[in-house]
Amino acid sequence: MATTDAPNIKRLQVRRFKPEESPKEHYLNAEKGLWSWLSTVDHKRIGLMYFGSIAFFFLFGGILALVLRTELLTPTQSFIEAETYNQIFTLHGAIMIFFFLVPSVPAALGNFILPLQLGAKDVAFPRLNLASFYIYTIGAIFTLIAIFTGGIDTGWTFYTPYSAETSSNVIMMTLGIFILGFSSILTGVNFIVTIHKMRAPGLTWNKLPLNIWALYATSIIQVLATPVLAITVLLLAMERMLGIGIFDPALGGDPVLYQHFFWFYSHPAVYIMIVPGFGVISEVISTFSRKTIFGYWAIALSSLAIAFIGFLVWGHHMFTAGQSSLASMVFSFLTFLVGIPTGIKIFNWLATMYKGSIDMKTPMLYAMVFLFLFTIGGFTGIMLGALVVDIHLHDTYYVVAHFHYVMMGGMVMAFLAGIHYWWPKMFGKMYNEFWAKIACGIIFIGFNMTFLPQFIMGAQGMPRRYYNYIDQFQPFHQFSTMGSYVLGVGFLIIAAYMIHSLLRGKEAGSNPWGSRALEWQTSSPAPHHNFEHTPVIINGPYDYHKPMSEFQLGIAHSHNGHHEGEKVDVETGTAQEKA
Amino acid sequence: MSDTSGVQDKPKHLKHYFVDSDQQFEASKMGMWVFLVTEILFFGGLFAAYIVYRSWYPELYIQASTELDTFWGTVNTAVLIGSSLTVAMAIRSAQLNQIKGLITNLWITISLAFVFMVIKFFEYTHKFDKGILPGEYYTYEGLAHEKANIFFSIYYMMTGLHGIHVIIGIGLMLFLVYKAKKGVFSSEYYTPVEITGLYWHLVDVIWIFLFPLLYLID
Amino acid sequence: MNRLTEYMLPPARSTLASETDALFHFINVTSIILLVGITFAILYFAWKYRRRSEDDVTPVITHNNKLEITWSVIPLIMVMIVFGWGFSGYMNLVTPPDDAYEIRVEGASWNWRFFYDNGAVSVNELNVPVDRPIKLIMSSTDVIHSFYVPDFRVKRDVLPNRYSSIWFEATETGQSVIFCTEYCGEQHSNMDGIVNVMSQDEFDTWLESGNAVDESVPPAERGEALVSQNGCNACHSVDGSSGVGPSFAGLWGSERTFQNAEPVTADENYIRESILESNAKILEGYDPVMPSYQGVINDQQIGDIIEYIKTLE
Repeated sequence: MATTDAPNIKRLQVRRFKPEESPKEHYLNAEKGLWSWLSTVDHKRIGLMYFGSIAFFFLFGGILALVLRTELLTPTQSFIEAETYNQIFTLHGAIMIFFFLVPSVPAALGNFILPLQLGAKDVAFPRLNLASFYIYTIGAIFTLIAIFTGGIDTGWTFYTPYSAETSSNVIMMTLGIFILGFSSILTGVNFIVTIHKMRAPGLTWNKLPLNIWALYATSIIQVLATPVLAITVLLLAMERMLGIGIFDPALGGDPVLYQHFFWFYSHPAVYIMIVPGFGVISEVISTFSRKTIFGYWAIALSSLAIAFIGFLVWGHHMFTAGQSSLASMVFSFLTFLVGIPTGIKIFNWLATMYKGSIDMKTPMLYAMVFLFLFTIGGFTGIMLGALVVDIHLHDTYYVVAHFHYVMMGGMVMAFLAGIHYWWPKMFGKMYNEFWAKIACGIIFIGFNMTFLPQFIMGAQGMPRRYYNYIDQFQPFHQFSTMGSYVLGVGFLIIAAYMIHSLLRGKEAGSNPWGSRALEWQTSSPAPHHNFEHTPVIINGPYDYHKPMSEFQLGIAHSHNGHHEGEKVDVETGTAQEKA
Repeated sequence: MSDTSGVQDKPKHLKHYFVDSDQQFEASKMGMWVFLVTEILFFGGLFAAYIVYRSWYPELYIQASTELDTFWGTVNTAVLIGSSLTVAMAIRSAQLNQIKGLITNLWITISLAFVFMVIKFFEYTHKFDKGILPGEYYTYEGLAHEKANIFFSIYYMMTGLHGIHVIIGIGLMLFLVYKAKKGVFSSEYYTPVEITGLYWHLVDVIWIFLFPLLYLID
Repeated sequence: MNRLTEYMLPPARSTLASETDALFHFINVTSIILLVGITFAILYFAWKYRRRSEDDVTPVITHNNKLEITWSVIPLIMVMIVFGWGFSGYMNLVTPPDDAYEIRVEGASWNWRFFYDNGAVSVNELNVPVDRPIKLIMSSTDVIHSFYVPDFRVKRDVLPNRYSSIWFEATETGQSVIFCTEYCGEQHSNMDGIVNVMSQDEFDTWLESGNAVDESVPPAERGEALVSQNGCNACHSVDGSSGVGPSFAGLWGSERTFQNAEPVTADENYIRESILESNAKILEGYDPVMPSYQGVINDQQIGDIIEYIKTLE
């Protein structure tokens, strides 16, 4: 710092703050009791509450999937009625997308890790953050009410005129989704402002972790796209309640207009679902290769490119729907363009592994599974973007397989990588590495067993959302169903060893993976206010050629009055008990 | 760098995760701006529906717009623009630490917003009496166009949603008056006034688009 | 190799199917090559660069402009090729020849009706001549459906407020399945049909006799055939078992109570009304989902159906 005699310049001592191992006090025990959780404004606790909720919905959606697959063992009725089947596939889709995938990485992992990675004490609007969680819960309650009072059978896409006319509980469900949308929007607002305004000193944009870039791009999409979904479901509800006549041709409306409105949100929504996963993969691959990330700016800016182009491709869901050939052509063209930034990421991650020092721990295993499965999902997306081929494949099982490869093979694998990566930071415990790897293998096998046959089935003409099917598809369906049970077993194993970890896991150090990222330079579990100091950043988060000490720099912080018993001397960077 | 030494100087409004008041103020303003962008997208969906239907039934729009009272629409426009002025003056009062001025300007803004809603109330009930209701409840015979209910459905949705936002604004400003009376605001801290003002300006801007598109096309 | 590629797709039974198939196979092959390359890289790097010790030092490679440009430009070129190919194939798919033979199609929940230019009607079975371009002009009576023939590689949504069309030219005689591929309610997966591709002569013969009455067969038997051909038994059983609609067994002469009308005895007028204005009287415990058969079943046929229903206890 410049030395002058000007009286207003304070000198602040930057020194190293080694994270405390085996901390007695941390965010999990800083405040006790149920009410302290329900009224918390701590982003870490809110992240955990989201985590619990989405785990619950993943279980619920997963069980629905197993019911569907079991029914599909035989070409005609196995054990449920057609109407029940239709309700179940609707719910499986709506729950997995709205209550699991969209909030999963941003709300659960993101809430927990974003301020830590920025060196901030919390997000910009913690109370709004808690409100987002409760809004999510209220939306979920409305949805559960809809399920149990008549159910809903329109498919998660609610296409009109069927959804405007069916007797099932569309209004309650759309109301639940409307409310849920606000949760997504407010989380997006929070993240954008936090990233802009609350970075630690020295954390310039070119030193931001790629996970932050990914969450930033996701938040932008959330903020711009979700309001359009809100209007769409509002219009649908108005259509049903007042007969407005916007989408129902019997009242003078246009059903294809509904599809445009719906997909204008729902296509960007799939990027909300996957881009945070990309962020996690960047962190995991770099850490477990102990090597600087290859192509930092390419990966950072490609997330923004995907966010931008992703708003322009919604019509590729409507190639057979009755839009003009010109529109179809433009949408197909842009769909191919949006695949390029994604492909670039895959190559960059591979290049990061090249000449790295690779430690094949569970998070890295999931990252590699991600690379493989997501690439398949991506290529099959190219297949679907090709106009003449899409005409044949649209609304068949090929599409079902494609999106399960990108959403489950992609996003869920990335999510699992993130959970296994940040688990020690969240709970201060390690999990059983052996069983974690076994579960990963079982999930990989089960997943491919379930969904690989669906590509072939779909190309052969098997339509989706079918309760009955013609005999030639039975072997595929049966193989797929067996795979789904294997998948289920894999997830149960994860639940088992994670619970065991919480109860009896080995204690984790502050940085079990040797990462250079900022969140690992504080204790595990994280302290109540994330850091006992204000972190100061001088390196990028992937600079593995620099010594660990350079990543633990900071200046003493008076906690804005929280630690009343301390007197902090910023000139020497020490804190003493007050007399 | 901020002052990180003293505990005694910390202002009451400063949250512990912010370094100083400036950072907190900037963050709050940015948050409100981002939220307003979402509101624009939200109403944007309705404007898109408006555009689509107008391109299909242009003559319906021109005809149906005659049913909307341009005089009272203009009065409402003036009322809202005036209320934007007074809310800006309220912010100014806060910046100058004139709390009484702040409260007065807030009350004027609330009153103007209230006038807006009253005029809207009479507009709506007048239409209900004639049988101009949304969707399938439409029974008015005075327009010779079979799709007339579509224009009015869009009219009700757009002005209705806008009206809900006005009511929310009134609620927010009443809350501000309450807080101002308790002495929460000063020239050091008036963030809620500032961001409510931003919200109110958006409500005004949306009306400025709604008004010509619905009322002035006849 | 051929068997594998044949296995993945249905038999190519239209003139344009091979275009779809060629692009499909091209994308598959290039994707698999790239996937194998990427997978090899993942596995090879994971093994070759496995951590030897905690003191491993890794090189600082932040970027490589040549490499990055290469792996951006080459995929870009490849997807542009796929785009162009897909687009040109698509344009062929949506541009019917001027002399295409037109058949009107109606999708109704949950069957397909086909109206031929001479007034003939068939339900769930589309009869077409081979080696001749056929254009289908389609609309829906209620919700969105989608008409899909996997063997021909054609699909188009069928909408309630406008006409949509597709065309194809079948290359061999035989049968191909039709699927509905836009979810349309409870019986969506039962809304399939058959395309009967026959020689031009056979088609002409069928067309002329289409709605001719076979006097040698008793009316009740004709009625039974009509009930099957028109897809009635998708929803109405003849043995008393429950379905989407009420069973025909014991229908004739029974007392019917409705949700939206006064009770009547099931007589000729009731059956006729139920066929033509299907939702005028909704029986207790059922939903108003039956599509009307106005224009599909003529008076002569209604008479035969009534005779058949009379025989069902």
